[in-house]
Amino acid sequence: SVVFLLGSGVFIMLIIGVMLSISPLLGSKQISEYDKNSPFECGFDPMGIGHLNFSVRFFLIAVIFLIFDVEIALLLPLMVILSSSNMMIWGVLNLIFLLVLSFGVFYEWWEGALDWKI
Amino acid sequence: MFMIVLKSILLMMFILISVAFVTLLERKILGYMQKRKGPNKLGFKGILQPFSDAVKLLVKESLLLNLVNLMIYLLSPVVILLISLFLWVTYPSFLGGLEVSLPIIFILCCLSAGVYPILGSGWSSNSKYSMLGSLRAVAQTISYEVSLAILLLSLVVVNSSFSLKKLFSDSMLIILILFPIAILWLISALAETNRTPFDFAEGESELVSGFNTEYSASGFVLFFLAEYSSILFMSLFFSVLFLGSVDLFLNLSFLTSMLVILFIWVRGTLPRLRYDKLMELAWKIMLPLSLMYLLLFTGVSLMIYIFSV
Repeated sequence: SVVFLLGSGVFIMLIIGVMLSISPLLGSKQISEYDKNSPFECGFDPMGIGHLNFSVRFFLIAVIFLIFDVEIALLLPLMVILSSSNMMIWGVLNLIFLLVLSFGVFYEWWEGALDWKI
Repeated sequence: MFMIVLKSILLMMFILISVAFVTLLERKILGYMQKRKGPNKLGFKGILQPFSDAVKLLVKESLLLNLVNLMIYLLSPVVILLISLFLWVTYPSFLGGLEVSLPIIFILCCLSAGVYPILGSGWSSNSKYSMLGSLRAVAQTISYEVSLAILLLSLVVVNSSFSLKKLFSDSMLIILILFPIAILWLISALAETNRTPFDFAEGESELVSGFNTEYSASGFVLFFLAEYSSILFMSLFFSVLFLGSVDLFLNLSFLTSMLVILFIWVRGTLPRLRYDKLMELAWKIMLPLSLMYLLLFTGVSLMIYIFSV
């Protein structure tokens, strides 16, 4: 099964490599002009540097996502061990974990971390 | 050994051909929805259009902008296509092929890893439009991934296993029970693949083309293929999880095609609202709902376990 994955990966890379290398070979010769090679900014000369200033709201979304992703990673084994665990403990554990998580969502909502503002 | 290699080659070939025809399908359907015909000049009613598109894109002049971070710029489309095609090897079919252990985790990993090339492509094309487009696409994707994962976990907990064969039901009646989860999952899938009404990444009237503004021919082809292949996979996944398609009966391809048409239909119908509404939907509506459904389904699975033991 690992062989399958590796084989299909190799095959995909071959296809992609072929596609990517056909294009410069068969394509028109590239004529480097000032207007064509500069970044697109609706016809004007690009103002300022190429990258954006650091945007805190995207960073905040990423941090909140990280927290919930770790939560999902912790939930993953909990979902499959029902048959090999004490029913009561599994039930209570699951309940408390999910309630703490839901409380976390609602608390963040209340604090305004989920609003899309600056 | 040889059979395995042959199967993987055939799988990838057929997926890429299907993706090519999905693009034609989309153009024709969008055309008819807008009271015009889609492309119908090439071949019989336009059937050869995707191939001519591919040829056109491959012989275009492939620009290499100055000020571009070469390695990441060239690798990002490759990686995203690789990841989108890797998703497909998880599908268990009786024709054999791969039996990934823990396919659900593999799918979640692939979806999460698909975020990196988008970020890389936006950052390495040294342009503000690309950067904005990729940041918005990444923020949207990661927001909806959380609810997608939690909804999948709701299905996992009832079956107590990560294997896809156990998750696939046999009859269509399953959607009566799983209806809310199916709807939420569909919305998350629409948002994951950056489709309208969630296509803020390439909001055509807002940011020229989002994170693939600075990509000419070959890079664009790869992004395009990756997006449509994930659309196809999400449709397949939905139709086997919730609509009960049994492997390789006519049901499967029919329902998958119907789902793809639904994706395209939604694109032709719904407008694109604002970005903060998108974020609000993800974090304030879908996440609490998914968590509550997970709670419900853990209870259901506990009940099933109690009554079966």
